[in-house]
Amino acid sequence: MARKRLDLTFPPRQSLKPVIYHLVKDYDLVPNILRAQIHPAQEGRMVLEVTGTKEDFAAGVAFLEGQGLIVNEAASDIVLDEERCVNCGLCTAVCKPDALTLDPEAQTLCFDKDKCVYCEACVIACPRRAITLTF
Amino acid sequence: MAKSWEEINARIASGEAVVFTAEEFASLAADEGVSAAAKRVDVVTTGTFGPMCSSGVILNFGHSDPPIRMAEVWLNDVAAYGGLAAVDTYLGVTQPSTTRGLEYGGAHVIEDLLRGRAVRLRATSPGTDCYPRTEIDTWITLDDLNQAYFFNPRNAYQNYAVAVNTTDRALHTYLGTLLPRLGNATYCSAGALSPLLNDPTYRTIGVGSRIFVAGAPGYVAWEGTQHNPHADRDEHGVPVRPAGTLAVIADLKAASPEFFSAASFTGYGVSSFVGIGVPIPVLDEEIAATLALTDADITATIYDYGVAGRSRPSFGTVSYAQLRTGSITVEGKKVPTGPISSLPKARKIAAELKRWIAEERFAIAEPLQLLPQVGSQAQKPLDIRTGEAI
Repeated sequence: MARKRLDLTFPPRQSLKPVIYHLVKDYDLVPNILRAQIHPAQEGRMVLEVTGTKEDFAAGVAFLEGQGLIVNEAASDIVLDEERCVNCGLCTAVCKPDALTLDPEAQTLCFDKDKCVYCEACVIACPRRAITLTF
Repeated sequence: MAKSWEEINARIASGEAVVFTAEEFASLAADEGVSAAAKRVDVVTTGTFGPMCSSGVILNFGHSDPPIRMAEVWLNDVAAYGGLAAVDTYLGVTQPSTTRGLEYGGAHVIEDLLRGRAVRLRATSPGTDCYPRTEIDTWITLDDLNQAYFFNPRNAYQNYAVAVNTTDRALHTYLGTLLPRLGNATYCSAGALSPLLNDPTYRTIGVGSRIFVAGAPGYVAWEGTQHNPHADRDEHGVPVRPAGTLAVIADLKAASPEFFSAASFTGYGVSSFVGIGVPIPVLDEEIAATLALTDADITATIYDYGVAGRSRPSFGTVSYAQLRTGSITVEGKKVPTGPISSLPKARKIAAELKRWIAEERFAIAEPLQLLPQVGSQAQKPLDIRTGEAI
């Protein structure tokens, strides 16, 4: 079993298809939707974690692509502007999955993107507005 | 051993002064003892870089032709004070924009000026015989201004609170987002590097002290507002709660955006990170003993910000060393912590001030007047009265 993060872009006309249902039902994958922004007749985006076997995962991705979706692995949508950041550390107080932490010695900000669940708590907490979600 | 201000300044002037940051001094004292460290080191530098709401700048725009007595003033749509002379104003960092709300305010205008950006100046006036113009709409840069200087009524708080929230909803405070049911704790001090924690009884820091303000050489102008020497103190004489404060003054034109950063706290408002650094002369072993304190020795009091009253319930004290591990224990629960005051910036400020003294021979100044000491006027609350009751 493996867990991978997918970043899906739905072209406008595909937005209403129940693709997640098919991932579960036909490909035995376990999706965990982290973020979704889907409007009828517009392009949509979804970031999800998918757990399943390698073979099911590959088949599921092929299915999604067959439906006209653009599939990217490892979404990189949280952007930390290091020029704006002053290393105050306030974001670390609201980051539940510990994706944002302070180096124990230097007390500078470290961002482990793999742990990020796109909850946006840091985006709201950052007084420098140095963290943005481009989504 | 005792050193005088004059002796230390003579050593600074000749380039012989031994200058350490507070962290370096504490580590030297741990290795060689306080007495040896006090003998060897002349000046210890401190630094802090946290949000300091009571900050702002005094600006003079020069006169237009025909001239205007600016009664209402806006800089990038942020209102500045119009109750001074014709083209003088005071812009406070927390004033929000009339068009962009809490995302842009006085602090952002100051940061834009520091970054060399043009700022739109608008003003209106009723018009008078000596000042006939009734409105003006123009653009200014920092270079265009005659005078531009910080006058910050309350900076460099001596210690601060640790904030937690016992309610069932998240709170948006000036100490950041406090998660419900003791979900996190935030704190705001440079701890062992903080200026007033290194001189807890205000022996060497007073009116006229030469200091570092946002990258510029400046002065302690007065006691800061809400300066309170009477806060509870530990066995070292160091306050365990918010206590002393400084009012500071410095040239905005000599300041740097590296050490002044605008801030927007969601649900609270605009503020600014201000870099303050204060040099402390190692006059004797008594002051050396407090300079040698580390984050393990200095504590702060945990308060429940879920209670929006004047006196909040306390959950006891915790050391800065513990806070910096990333979690503390409150009511038997492990609570993750996050700072607000930037330690990397505080270190940079202490190092930069050290360089000023050691390389640029920045002289230190004995206070012309001490800050209010224990026994002076206590901090008074504001009571709500009616005219009849007076």
